[in-house]
Amino acid sequence: MGVAASGRMLAKTFTRGGYYVFGMIDYPSLIRGGHNFYHATVSDERIWSLHYNVDLIIALNKDTLDRHLSKLKKKGSIIVDSDIKYDKSALERQGARVFEIPLTGIVKELGALTVVRNSVALGASMALIDFDLEVLLSVIRKELGKRKEIAEINVEAAKRGYSFVVEQYGKGVQCTIRPRSDNGHLVITGNEAVALGGLRAGMKTYFAYPMTPASPVLHFLANVQFDFDVVVVQPENEIAVINMAIGAWYAGSRSMVATSGGGFALMTEAIGQAAMTEIPVVVVLAQRSGPSTGMPTYTAQGDLRFALHASQGEFPRFVIAPGDAEEAFYLTVRAFNLAEKFQVPVIILTDKHLAESHLTVPAFDLKKAKVERGKIIVGKYEGSEEYRRYKITDDGISPMAFPGTLNAIVKVNSSEHNEYGFATADAKNAEIMAKKRLRKLELMQEEVENCEESVKVYGDERSPIAIIGWGSTKGAILEALKILEAKGVNVKFVQVVFLSPFPTRRLQTILKDVRELLLVENNVTGQLGSLLREHLLRAPDEYLLKFNGRPFYPHEVVSKVLEVVK
Amino acid sequence: MTITLAQLNTKATITWCPGCGNFSILTAFKRALVELQIPREKVVVITGIGCHGKFGDYVNVNSFHTIHGRVLPIATGIKLANKELIVVGFSGDGDAYAIGLSHIPHAARRNIDVKYVVHNNMIFGLTTGQVTPTTPKGVKTRSTPYGNPEEPLNPLALALVSGATFVARGFAGDVAHLTWLFKEAIKHKGFAFIDVLQPCYTFYNTYEYFRRRVYKLEDVGHDITDFEEALKKAYEWNDKIPIGIFYKVRKPTFEETLPQLKGEPLALRDISDVNIEKAYVFLR
Repeated sequence: MGVAASGRMLAKTFTRGGYYVFGMIDYPSLIRGGHNFYHATVSDERIWSLHYNVDLIIALNKDTLDRHLSKLKKKGSIIVDSDIKYDKSALERQGARVFEIPLTGIVKELGALTVVRNSVALGASMALIDFDLEVLLSVIRKELGKRKEIAEINVEAAKRGYSFVVEQYGKGVQCTIRPRSDNGHLVITGNEAVALGGLRAGMKTYFAYPMTPASPVLHFLANVQFDFDVVVVQPENEIAVINMAIGAWYAGSRSMVATSGGGFALMTEAIGQAAMTEIPVVVVLAQRSGPSTGMPTYTAQGDLRFALHASQGEFPRFVIAPGDAEEAFYLTVRAFNLAEKFQVPVIILTDKHLAESHLTVPAFDLKKAKVERGKIIVGKYEGSEEYRRYKITDDGISPMAFPGTLNAIVKVNSSEHNEYGFATADAKNAEIMAKKRLRKLELMQEEVENCEESVKVYGDERSPIAIIGWGSTKGAILEALKILEAKGVNVKFVQVVFLSPFPTRRLQTILKDVRELLLVENNVTGQLGSLLREHLLRAPDEYLLKFNGRPFYPHEVVSKVLEVVK
Repeated sequence: MTITLAQLNTKATITWCPGCGNFSILTAFKRALVELQIPREKVVVITGIGCHGKFGDYVNVNSFHTIHGRVLPIATGIKLANKELIVVGFSGDGDAYAIGLSHIPHAARRNIDVKYVVHNNMIFGLTTGQVTPTTPKGVKTRSTPYGNPEEPLNPLALALVSGATFVARGFAGDVAHLTWLFKEAIKHKGFAFIDVLQPCYTFYNTYEYFRRRVYKLEDVGHDITDFEEALKKAYEWNDKIPIGIFYKVRKPTFEETLPQLKGEPLALRDISDVNIEKAYVFLR
């Protein structure tokens, strides 16, 4: 088991033990080598983000000690492989408790591969916190179940790590964390949540070209394609990807694609096509650090403006940014419904931190995730007049028949077209059609303004100090709110979930009495800030921007707020 | 109900130049549909950008006029969503072989049951006469005023080596033969590729050139099951230019290899209450 798999098992172990976990995998764009680490925070209440400081470091090499010692709390523990050379007294001078464990030695005894060291260390960790080893073992058996021998060797490794600590140091030297009842919670990434949302929404076709950090959506769906009768195709490039999805939804199959910035760039022309032909499509844009290839495995929120403006011409679109994996699930289902209701492209903005980090969430409430079909015609068209795909209606939305429908010939056109779908450059027609699409935009605006979920407010709603943000920064901000509240500082957090159409009226109301507005974004220029100026004629008063590929930690938000409050 | 040619006409005004090879392709396609008696609702025509792109407006079946070069991915998505549809893509040589080239080998090796007709006039017509990947070397166009310095692409060889299971060439100067080719392509299960030599009356008139040179493979006893022979014929481009079916083989289509597609088309499945809880096993 590598670091990523071990991290997932750790998250699942605590979740099954009734705790809440946020776990992040940090890795360079390499297959082997480099410095990979998994950073998790475990809590007995719901948790939304990592905290910077840790109680325990597992170091398989000296590099880990050098890089992460600053994260260790006073009297925190370090598990060190006794095979590595390091300066123990230096660690102890910093107040660390060092537990040398023969990780490599045990693996050699077992005749296992070096990666099995991770399992020894997980077992040892369970002893340090006096957690029920059986929970970990059951997770290992389940995760590696398909490969029985490998599962058993990892189980044995974990047991030996556990026993070693118990014999040498005793149980619970670090602390005691007793498992609580398993409440059936899930450990899910944003990617998995989006995939699951698509399945729940009745997606029958999924197309994707591999691109970090969106590829796990493809992997997840490819794994379950037969269980859900979903066709999963990896075509030649992202241009093929999005056009296949548009073709499939034109013919009646709900479709989704997921990619990152570079792939999205290739898709932009077809996003305009979806708008012009009025064919629904759901596009997931999992942002990573840019521009260009950037840092492929690191997080950023640099593509907001790109998503808002992608493709030539003017047309309505939804851009939705979930703040955590749980929201990602519900909003994905919503995205499919909105795409079909308004016959527009819907872009779901995630980022590496949301897409690939693990979060403990309650099992989903499927009553809140229902399929709502748009104005569709299936089977037979019953109208008295000839079917017109772009029939002019009051709301701008034309009943959508899929090809194969009896009595309906469905003509769609990426060129400007008349009601029947025939291409025309007639001036009057162009105006009528542009207005038809504009009416949809007005209706979409109302949808957003009347939707509680389009902007969410947390913390002290009456506070004159507000933090504003979007997407995955939600986690660190919510955790910061907890810390600030404990310090007696009451602020509110305004999470903008719908970025297009922009929830202008809702935000005007919410921000009316705000004196200090602090913008928090994972980008260089503060793109949400520019949207606030554009739509609300209001600039943020303070900026907290981070653009080094790393997510915010709660303490960074706390420091900034304390500075603002002063 | 009988399908007639008149039913396949539309109200749209045809804007191709008089003498355009597109008229023959349109006529042949309509005739093929009538002769095969395919209900109009079952047919989807996809067209790209270029003079051929208006094709969908002129035939009264379902149609998708897509952006430049994306006929095959759109067609693939349609066929996956509803495998019962007859899906026929039309592209020009610019649409297919320049901007859209990346899709041909993959559609071919995937063997999706889509028909692909390329209106190959060896010139960009709609943008008023620039060079394309099939313009012969030395030809002067508006973008190659000193003569095309590049060797042309061989579309049939490309289709063959990519694994297309039906490879043919038609000539817009022979409507009856083209009608027959369309019918054979539609009847074929799998990816069918037809390159049509289509003179551009305005910018590159090749009627006489081709009329003197084309001959039918059916007339010379060509074995359509012989791949190597087909490849040889694909390279025959001199005083004699073969038209007809070069190669045909029955292989499992992409759709046939996907167990999810057994039964009703995806588009007609009940999606009202999908039980996702069976996926929770991966998340626990």
